[in-house]
Amino acid sequence: MDLVNFPEMSRENLRAMRVAIDGAFRDFTRAYGETLEDIFLPVRILLDFLQRLLIDSPWILVLAGLAAGVWLLSRSWKITLGTVLSLLAIGYLGMWTDTMRTIAMVAVCTLIAIFLGLPIGILMSRSERANATITPVLDMMQTMPSFVYLIPVVMIFGLGNVPGVIAVVIYAIPPMIRLTNLGIRQVSRDVLEAADAFGASSWQKMREVQLPLALPTIMAGVNQTIMMSLAMVVVASMIGVRGLGQPVLQAINNQFFTLGVMNGLAIVAIAIVFDRASQAYGKRIQKHLEAQHG
Amino acid sequence: MAEARGIEIRNLWKIFGANGAAMIDKVKAGMGKDELNQSFGHVLGLQDVSISIPPGKIQVVMGLSGSGKSTLIRHINRLIEPTAGEILFNGQDVTRMSQQELMNFRRNETAMVFQKFALLPHRTVMENTIYGLSIQGVPRKQAEERGAKWLSRVGLEGFEDRYPAELSGGMQQRVGLARALTNDAGIILMDEAFSALDPLIRMDMQSVLLELQGELHKTIVFITHDLDEALRLGDRIAILRDGKVIQQGTGEQIVLRPADDYISSFVHEVNRGKVITVRTIMRRGPAPSTTGVTLLPTALLEEAARAMTNADVNRANVVDDSGKLLGHISLAKTVAEMIAPDISEDDETDTPTEISAAAS
Repeated sequence: MDLVNFPEMSRENLRAMRVAIDGAFRDFTRAYGETLEDIFLPVRILLDFLQRLLIDSPWILVLAGLAAGVWLLSRSWKITLGTVLSLLAIGYLGMWTDTMRTIAMVAVCTLIAIFLGLPIGILMSRSERANATITPVLDMMQTMPSFVYLIPVVMIFGLGNVPGVIAVVIYAIPPMIRLTNLGIRQVSRDVLEAADAFGASSWQKMREVQLPLALPTIMAGVNQTIMMSLAMVVVASMIGVRGLGQPVLQAINNQFFTLGVMNGLAIVAIAIVFDRASQAYGKRIQKHLEAQHG
Repeated sequence: MAEARGIEIRNLWKIFGANGAAMIDKVKAGMGKDELNQSFGHVLGLQDVSISIPPGKIQVVMGLSGSGKSTLIRHINRLIEPTAGEILFNGQDVTRMSQQELMNFRRNETAMVFQKFALLPHRTVMENTIYGLSIQGVPRKQAEERGAKWLSRVGLEGFEDRYPAELSGGMQQRVGLARALTNDAGIILMDEAFSALDPLIRMDMQSVLLELQGELHKTIVFITHDLDEALRLGDRIAILRDGKVIQQGTGEQIVLRPADDYISSFVHEVNRGKVITVRTIMRRGPAPSTTGVTLLPTALLEEAARAMTNADVNRANVVDDSGKLLGHISLAKTVAEMIAPDISEDDETDTPTEISAAAS
């Protein structure tokens, strides 16, 4: 018996298998592609609206609005000032429009990730079966090279913003789900027992005890999701998402060093702004934990 | 306030494990805790516990860790499901209530105080205090009025807007107590409520509880591992060991007549002068010599000894509320009873009938 060469499937069969699966998927795409596009129409409308709002409004208003948003979240002059200076530099260096596109994209992706991730995380925290089923899916979503799932997404939706959003959400949603699940599971048994003893229904327990106590962990999930969305911007530009990723891609292809660095730094600047603002918000909502008896 | 009602625990069994019900017969046939655990993987929680908890009194359940006392108290509001047995409250069996009935029972009839306080860290003192009311759907303003009343009763006025983490352990447990009282339930379940506190603060909290109970007359079930605490608080005490009630009665009964060596070993360290009453050591008839001191039969030996020493006499007459002479005691006997268990037969005292009278 030949122990050196692995007894592999014959080439013809392997090829036939690939052809069959590809064919089936192409048929599926043809049959349901339009339906799926219709389902995601709201996402496109939301994204288009947000991008136009940020790009077509007077830049000074957008700048003021973003600064106000950061202030409301962080209540920190330092972070707000940093935001304004970064955006001014970005605008002066000619990256304003692309930056606005990217901010809109990240905002929409984060909203979708929260909107889907929170209920899935809650479900996982309440059901061991859901936990056991969804965990390997999350593992797959996080380890599968993103280029691989770009293929079917592009086959269904073609190039553009919607497939970009889908690809980014697949990549960025796992931490949201995992940390929601973890946060709820970490709520102390003593407190839950007290809620039970006072006759709380399971909805009351979730709303008034588990979610508020899990909130710091959930906020860490939101923060991670934002960071991962930004990290996907360059990859998403390969399937036609416009924004800061595209000049980077162009720079890679043409060896434009300065262009690449400038846009790369713009992504970093936005990432830092989002990160500091969301973390400061997370800290602020758990002020009861900082108060110490003494 | 809901009228205080008693609770009747009848033949309650709890065996933790996949098939607890099947194990009851094995335990009844004499299988021990260790064998049950090693051979069948089940843990004996409670065995055949029957306690009749009187309305408006403090029932203490005492036992060391692992005796099943925390398991027992969690059966009363069914935080733990029993394997067998009944818990009767107002003619209803708690163990058979539907989920909705149980929720209402927990909301309206019971409130609980926990060893580790179990306050909600993200809520202020006031929000914690009215937690039970918010679950019941009582309007916020009304709930806060009721909460404020109890917060001031436990001495936390001015702390309404603090968070639990800003308070000391003793103050946190005052919040826990206020939260339970604000619920206005007839039954208060206290699971080692003061065990996590420093000795002085613990004494302080015991006094707060006794003072409140003096006017509220709730049915309180108090779990503790501390015999001194049990004797100080308990109108009645049940002692639990390995999930089994090994003795129940008043504190005095337990101190005077410990049911077995296990209880004797506890009781040995007790300050008897603070537990035993004059009635127990009283002899019939008036004092042979004249004495200016009269005592009630419910006076503690410590008080009796102090009264006699202060008046510089060695005998005192015992009279009831209406002034009728019941008997007399001597200082020597009082002190002897206070300092050590009198194991020798003492044919001069006529106590047993009095003890059973005290129990009823």
